[in-house]
Amino acid sequence: MSARKTYDAGVKDYRETYWMPDYEPSATDLLACFKITPQPGVPREEAAAAVAAESSTGTWTTVWTDLLTDMDHYKGRAYSIEDVPGDDTCFYAFIAYPIDLFEEGSVVNVFTSLVGNVFGFKALRALRLEDVRFPIAYVMTCNGPPNGIQVERDKMNKYGRPLLGCTIKPKLGLSAKNYGRAVYECLRGGLDFTKDDENVNSQPFMRWNHRFDFVMEAVHKAEQETGERKGHYLNVTAPTPQEMFKRAEYAKQLDAPIIMHDYITGGFCANTGLAQWCQENGMLLHIHRAMHAVLDRNPHHGIHFRVLVKILRLSGGDHLHTGTVVGKLEGDREATLGWIDLLRESYIKEDRSRGIFFDQDWGHMPGVFAVASGGIHVWHMPALVSIFGDDAVLQFGGGTLGHPWGNAAGAAANRVALEACVAARNSGRELEREGKDVLTEAARSSPELRTAMETWKEIKFEFDTVDKLDVAHR
Amino acid sequence: MSDIQDYPSSLRDPASRKFETFSYLPAMTSEQIRNQVEYIVAQGWNPGIEHTEPENAMDNYWYMWKLPMFGEAEVDAILAECEACHQAHPDNHVRLLGFDNYAQSVGASMVIFRAPAV
Repeated sequence: MSARKTYDAGVKDYRETYWMPDYEPSATDLLACFKITPQPGVPREEAAAAVAAESSTGTWTTVWTDLLTDMDHYKGRAYSIEDVPGDDTCFYAFIAYPIDLFEEGSVVNVFTSLVGNVFGFKALRALRLEDVRFPIAYVMTCNGPPNGIQVERDKMNKYGRPLLGCTIKPKLGLSAKNYGRAVYECLRGGLDFTKDDENVNSQPFMRWNHRFDFVMEAVHKAEQETGERKGHYLNVTAPTPQEMFKRAEYAKQLDAPIIMHDYITGGFCANTGLAQWCQENGMLLHIHRAMHAVLDRNPHHGIHFRVLVKILRLSGGDHLHTGTVVGKLEGDREATLGWIDLLRESYIKEDRSRGIFFDQDWGHMPGVFAVASGGIHVWHMPALVSIFGDDAVLQFGGGTLGHPWGNAAGAAANRVALEACVAARNSGRELEREGKDVLTEAARSSPELRTAMETWKEIKFEFDTVDKLDVAHR
Repeated sequence: MSDIQDYPSSLRDPASRKFETFSYLPAMTSEQIRNQVEYIVAQGWNPGIEHTEPENAMDNYWYMWKLPMFGEAEVDAILAECEACHQAHPDNHVRLLGFDNYAQSVGASMVIFRAPAV
């Protein structure tokens, strides 16, 4: 029997209640690692305890109704503090939450607590959610990816290589018929998928149903012509869930194998519902991540992308954009490898060299294809195959459509380059060192590839990444 | 415009049909086939052979040649089966698979003998 509690009104230090350095996290606790930048003069333990409190049961003052429940069970517990390598303005705080603080199968509810009011808390200058360990008991309550990597390979008949895609450009302004032409040319040239750009929804110049009609004719014709299975990610991101489902149903009527959704701008509630619909309807689901950089790019404030990756795997999606490491967009190599593992593997061990703070057990949950997209072309192919392995979709937008002979030739160039790299890798060649030789040999029998290599060889993106892993020797 | 090369592909021309992984590369030499067999064995996958008439290449199910060679790690034995299937069905595509029972998927799949019609 615990000591009798009495009501004592007023403001107490958070650490009296929420700092528990002796606490041993239980296997069912949800664990979070926050990077905390406190205001000057706020002790670390107090700041960590404040985050634990404000993201769980606490409020700024004691209230009498606290005594009507078992607060010691429901509270978040700050159980550990660590230095951030190379940065003494901030520190890591580890917090454990009992599993019954969260509604089953609701990433919405998890985020409302973990990244809710606490992020505006005045005692902190900045706060970043670095990683979350979802206990297997919670994972099992989530629907997860509607199909997964293995099912998609079987449905699309793609084995032993990464898949190839392309985002149709210009991203805005094409008519539905011209847009379908661009799709058809890409697919007949050898791509597996084409993609709606994320901001293509249903604008006046191209309403969604017209786009779906023309695009699906293009897909079906390219399938007959090449004898291979093809798809186009029909973007069903919409102003309301009702409208989103209407578009998804129409895509299914047209025999589309895959649709797409923007899970952050569209919202986690809509995404989870759509993923369940996809599972029930045998539809593949491609996930775009517009707005992620608003949340994940600042090293001191926001939500790390690896957390957004875990949230997506729980909410549901069969593909997720991960950055390319080598293209035009942000992405540190080791950190990217870390979150690619979080997408695809079933058990990921803690590995600080990849920014992974916790062991993560996904149990039965299927894996998600990593999508590499943005500023990549044939010369990047050896590095991409080496970094991403087979369970990835490599998407060349400008790198397909910008070919001097058009989309079909651009697609064929990419397909030849991809297959040459996979064949070379399987034969034991070191792709990142011998990449140029591999491509040059393949180009001897492919004028499309030869021309692509002449067109793009000078392009490089060499800006340093803003969000790097925390290491002492920055 | 004279610099631009046309992309020759059409519904009418059977040569436009592809057959997935490695079908955009020239047909494999016997040395290249051996490399791919060695890769499948090195991954610990179970080799299997299937074949089909080219017009049915889009189907999920091709004709299975015997059974997958569970646990077979002898490269020459696998190559001999590939050759035997090709000899028995010279007008068909013959593909080599690597069954990955841990992923419950196919880790490698490639046509190693192409039907002469294509």
